[in-house]
Amino acid sequence: MSITYLEAIREAQAYLLKNDPSVYIYGQDVGAFGGAFKATKNLAAEFPGRVIDAPISEDAMIGSAVGAAIEGLRPIIEVQFADFSTVGFNQMVNQAATLFWRTEVPCPITLRLPSGGTSGGGPFHSQCLESIYAHFPGLIVCTPATVEDAYSMLIESVTLDDPVVFCEHKYLYFHLKAESLPQEALPIGKARIAREGRDMTIVTYSAMVHECLEAAKEMAQDGIQIEVVDLRTVKPIDTDTIIASVARTGRLLCVAEEWPWGGVNAEVISRVVAEGFNLLDAPPQRINAKDTPVPYHPRLWSVHRPTAQSIVAASRHLLRI
Amino acid sequence: MNQEINRETAEQAYRYMLTARKLDERLAQLYRAGDIFGGVFLGKGQEALSVSVGMVLRKGDVYAPLIRDGAGRLAFGETVLDALRNCLGSPLGPMRARDGNVHRGRPREGSMAMISHLGASISVVNGALMAKRMKGESGFIGAACIGEGATSTGAFHEALNQAAIEKLPLLLVVANNQYAYSTPTTMQFACEKLTDKAVGYGVTAHEVDGTNLESCWNTLQQAAQKARNGEGPQLIVAELLRLCGHGEHDDAHYVTDDMKQSKVGKDCMEQARSLLISQYDFSIEELQAWEAATLKDINQSITTVKQEGGPDPYTHNWNPLATRELSEQPIGTAN
Repeated sequence: MSITYLEAIREAQAYLLKNDPSVYIYGQDVGAFGGAFKATKNLAAEFPGRVIDAPISEDAMIGSAVGAAIEGLRPIIEVQFADFSTVGFNQMVNQAATLFWRTEVPCPITLRLPSGGTSGGGPFHSQCLESIYAHFPGLIVCTPATVEDAYSMLIESVTLDDPVVFCEHKYLYFHLKAESLPQEALPIGKARIAREGRDMTIVTYSAMVHECLEAAKEMAQDGIQIEVVDLRTVKPIDTDTIIASVARTGRLLCVAEEWPWGGVNAEVISRVVAEGFNLLDAPPQRINAKDTPVPYHPRLWSVHRPTAQSIVAASRHLLRI
Repeated sequence: MNQEINRETAEQAYRYMLTARKLDERLAQLYRAGDIFGGVFLGKGQEALSVSVGMVLRKGDVYAPLIRDGAGRLAFGETVLDALRNCLGSPLGPMRARDGNVHRGRPREGSMAMISHLGASISVVNGALMAKRMKGESGFIGAACIGEGATSTGAFHEALNQAAIEKLPLLLVVANNQYAYSTPTTMQFACEKLTDKAVGYGVTAHEVDGTNLESCWNTLQQAAQKARNGEGPQLIVAELLRLCGHGEHDDAHYVTDDMKQSKVGKDCMEQARSLLISQYDFSIEELQAWEAATLKDINQSITTVKQEGGPDPYTHNWNPLATRELSEQPIGTAN
């Protein structure tokens, strides 16, 4: 038996619906159709009245989730593509994110954002928006890279009393597989050492974890041992795990699929420089997507985002080899 | 039960309106005296509509008032003390000095705390109503209050459409007070009447003279009964005039004399006073006694709140999350 990243998300939602009567799912085409990616396949039939089709109204979808959360429910809002969440951005960052701070009433809503690039996705079906959400106080932002994390972090997200932006990567939906669902997991807020190494640290998250692991494997052939830190959560950032890794390796490369200006890479480098400058043997480096809209053609897209090859090149540059 | 206004309810409504008006007047004075941080936004001219919304709601209903709904808030259960604490920045207020003036509420008691983005509260009320339905509750309604300016927002469109699709017991109350800050209605919408918008969404609309308490009361009662009966969202459009600036910083010089002299320019308080005296036989002395009593209450509350002082930024809890351990700025860190 094997289970994909997408199936894990479906299973997590089935688990939540089964075990918590306050959970419901609301989003476009999530009902009988089972969602644009089939992340809610058969759930409407299994849980009548709790998997609800929404009109194409991201603002109203997220706003209504805030109202339902105030009433004690735990909505999961599926936005069809992360890119479309900008239409409901106001409700997430101004309504949901400020509710607890302003009123002491928790806002346990989970915003599922199918994120990131896939071949042929183009400018409006490919975006990584984790950093703009992470910028706002009051939100937790998850970026699972594995089947296990997709499952366990989604369950934990819905259980948390705060609004969570759950950035699930579309590139991982179908081809990333695991043998089984996890029995236990690291909590939200903790990073994971995806591969141990002594020569340099790569801090990354989401689909880029796999590009980095591939790069690390290639570098290992030359005897270079790269440590790969999977952030798992980009808000909060597990600074301790990052600093501890840099203390071991003395070198830092940050890799993210999102655009370069600001963002997770900039934040991580800023923290390491501020809190662990003396640990560094070389200036920290970062690789992001190019600072253009995400291109449509697969040949353009193939070099737009970081890849194992560009990560290897950046690693060699950082190691001066 | 659909209920025409009567002597008892008219008195109750008038007294809320009176308290709201007097509270507004005192807030304006406090603002001019420099006792208030930020702005002061008054509901002068909108009390009849506002109180009719507040009074048609029951415990268990959902209420999202907007900036000129002091009367409705009082009718829905807000205390003068809560209102003043919020406006004067007391840490004991409902928002604990983290938000001010009209941005206040007690969501757990059904009173939503508005954000500044107009139209954004409508879908929040929708969600609360959907949740109540999912939880198996019945007989509830929700009211979201906006001005004509908010009808131009995408949030209004999305939320009214959503309410219609879900057949929610929503009262969407539009106070057409003729100006969104300084923008006249001619630059806000091009349909003949705002109730025309209801047609496009498949919802029932009600028009009402917002300066007349009796009309507002009866219209809100009818609309609420329809909503409670499962007839879906009700759009209520009240025509009135904002008898003050957008905020107290605004002298509203752009409001034309013709507008002030027109039907919408009538003061709902004056009309309500006439209603009580001529139709319900209250004496001028009784009305004066109510006014004195409410002013005394307001002044006592002001004294109390002023003694409470403001928040202490050094001992303040700066954690924005309910899940404290996930806060990136735990208490005690340098900032």
